[in-house]
Amino acid sequence: MTELFNTALTPWEWTQLISFYGIAALMIVAALMVVTLRNIFHSALGLAAVALGAAAIYLMLDAEFLAFVQILVYVGAVVTLIAFMVMLTQRASHGKLVRQSNDQKTISFIVVLSLFALLIWKIPTTVWNTTVSTGNLADAKTLGTAFLKEYIMPFEVISIVLLVALIGAIVLARREPK
Amino acid sequence: MIVPLAHFLILSLIIFCIGLYGALTRRNAVGILMSVELMLNAANINLVAFSRFVSPQSGTGQIFAVFVMALAAASVAVGLAIVICIYRNHRTIAADKIDLMKW
Repeated sequence: MTELFNTALTPWEWTQLISFYGIAALMIVAALMVVTLRNIFHSALGLAAVALGAAAIYLMLDAEFLAFVQILVYVGAVVTLIAFMVMLTQRASHGKLVRQSNDQKTISFIVVLSLFALLIWKIPTTVWNTTVSTGNLADAKTLGTAFLKEYIMPFEVISIVLLVALIGAIVLARREPK
Repeated sequence: MIVPLAHFLILSLIIFCIGLYGALTRRNAVGILMSVELMLNAANINLVAFSRFVSPQSGTGQIFAVFVMALAAASVAVGLAIVICIYRNHRTIAADKIDLMKW
């Protein structure tokens, strides 16, 4: 961190730094909204904000394909599905008097805080095996080739899993025939 | 990339911890599902960051991130179908009220 600011930064590097920390702060605020807000629909909007922030982070990490898949899948499908579900079950979660958290608040906070303390202590002190990027970065073409060569088996399995999940969801949500 | 790898990991750690807290404390079943989605997003940020910093040419981390996204979509579809099924039978989606299969 200290050696970062000793060297003179170009305007492009300043832009990267400022946008990273800005997006990170927005994502953390939105994530806190997801877990603390009483109105569950506002939580779903917070989840959409976190997904968009993650897409921006992917763009900063030169993963353009993943960024647009993230927007399509999360903001387009998952958050829409959750919003529908909130509206369908509104009578159960509606009203100011309905408690939104259970009795495990203190113990959960202690567990989460200890996990956080352990990792925040270990992450900066570990030496990561990073490489400086030279040559072509992985793009959509690289990913597509890898999916159809090295990862063909997991790719087929994940397709079957998605198909089974879709059929299972339809069967579960279907009204029982009289 | 001027931002060091550790900062991406710390962002991912913070979002994971918030998601874990939500999954442990939310009463609403839809809220629990949203917290699980937060944790999966945090894992994805980790995978993509390692992919960029450790093996930028092969993109293996991005491939695993695509698998995680597919599994997240499948889990949210099945989870929400279960929630709507429980709501239809019990008229509640509070996770501590659904104790039909507890001893």
